[in-house]
Amino acid sequence: MGLESKLEVPYLTTTMDTVINWGRKYSMWPLPFGTACCAIEFMGVVSSRYDISRFGAELVRFSPRQADLMLVMGTVTQKMAPVLKQIYDQMPDPKWVISMGACASSGGFYDNYSVVQGIDELIPVDVYVAGCPPRPENVLGAVAKLQEKISREKAAAWR
Amino acid sequence: MEQSEIAARLIAHLGEDKVLASGEHSDQHWVTVAPGDLRSALQFMTEDADVSVDMLTDLGGVDYLDYGDDRPWRFEVAYQLSSLAKNHRFRVKVAVTDEETEVPSVWDLFGVANWMEREVFDLYGIGFTDHPNLRRILCHDDFVGYALRKDYPINKRQKLTRPIESLLTDKPEWA
Repeated sequence: MGLESKLEVPYLTTTMDTVINWGRKYSMWPLPFGTACCAIEFMGVVSSRYDISRFGAELVRFSPRQADLMLVMGTVTQKMAPVLKQIYDQMPDPKWVISMGACASSGGFYDNYSVVQGIDELIPVDVYVAGCPPRPENVLGAVAKLQEKISREKAAAWR
Repeated sequence: MEQSEIAARLIAHLGEDKVLASGEHSDQHWVTVAPGDLRSALQFMTEDADVSVDMLTDLGGVDYLDYGDDRPWRFEVAYQLSSLAKNHRFRVKVAVTDEETEVPSVWDLFGVANWMEREVFDLYGIGFTDHPNLRRILCHDDFVGYALRKDYPINKRQKLTRPIESLLTDKPEWA
């Protein structure tokens, strides 16, 4: 009927890593950590025109317990830093982080007394997105980049 | 009422000797008083039938360190007043020296002053006597120094390594 009719035997041989990573990369559940205008741009990413669900990451969850992709969108202040760390710690493994925009990635133009100069001072970051704010295409590019990265992972390396 | 008339009326109420400075810029008049005269000035503004100020639009601090003029005080706190009834505005400033950074709170006259005074305290280190809850509002509790003072290094960051306590308590902010 389909592709399997071309196979001589009704099974394929592959590795566990390939299968698990294939499943993981197409079903990421994002947690929006939106603190500034990048979070407004993220609404465009989720909505129908750009539509992040084409990449399997449309199920936005507001509980860290139910998410595996943290999207940090916006300026993170020193006062907010413990909150960001705590929410990241509450996410179950495996988990990934996209740092969206100039502020989250480097502090942006807020080189002042109150802003963390990049969230990588606090938590590990997988993909950085440039822009102030980034275009929705740019965010989708980051999701694709992260999918590439996930497909290279050792699935058992996560606890 | 024209702002120049309000200024004249306020100066007449306080007496010339109590007015530290006054002036005008772009048709906006202001009167600067000492901390001791602030409350009587604002009380007059609210009680006078023709001025009849009923709203404190904003309250903010200024640090004139190295500003380059000859004013003998370092800080000012500016009270932006507004009358919805009479449709006019006026600005009263209070002069604060580096040695004596205490200003009487006007929280009982204008409830909105509560958080604004906390903000000025947080960023300039100006104290407000009789404020019900004078603690930091924007910077975190472990912050040392006052961030908007001109002698505070502009990008000196201070880490907060513990959870914010106010998020963990049911006690209301003003209690």
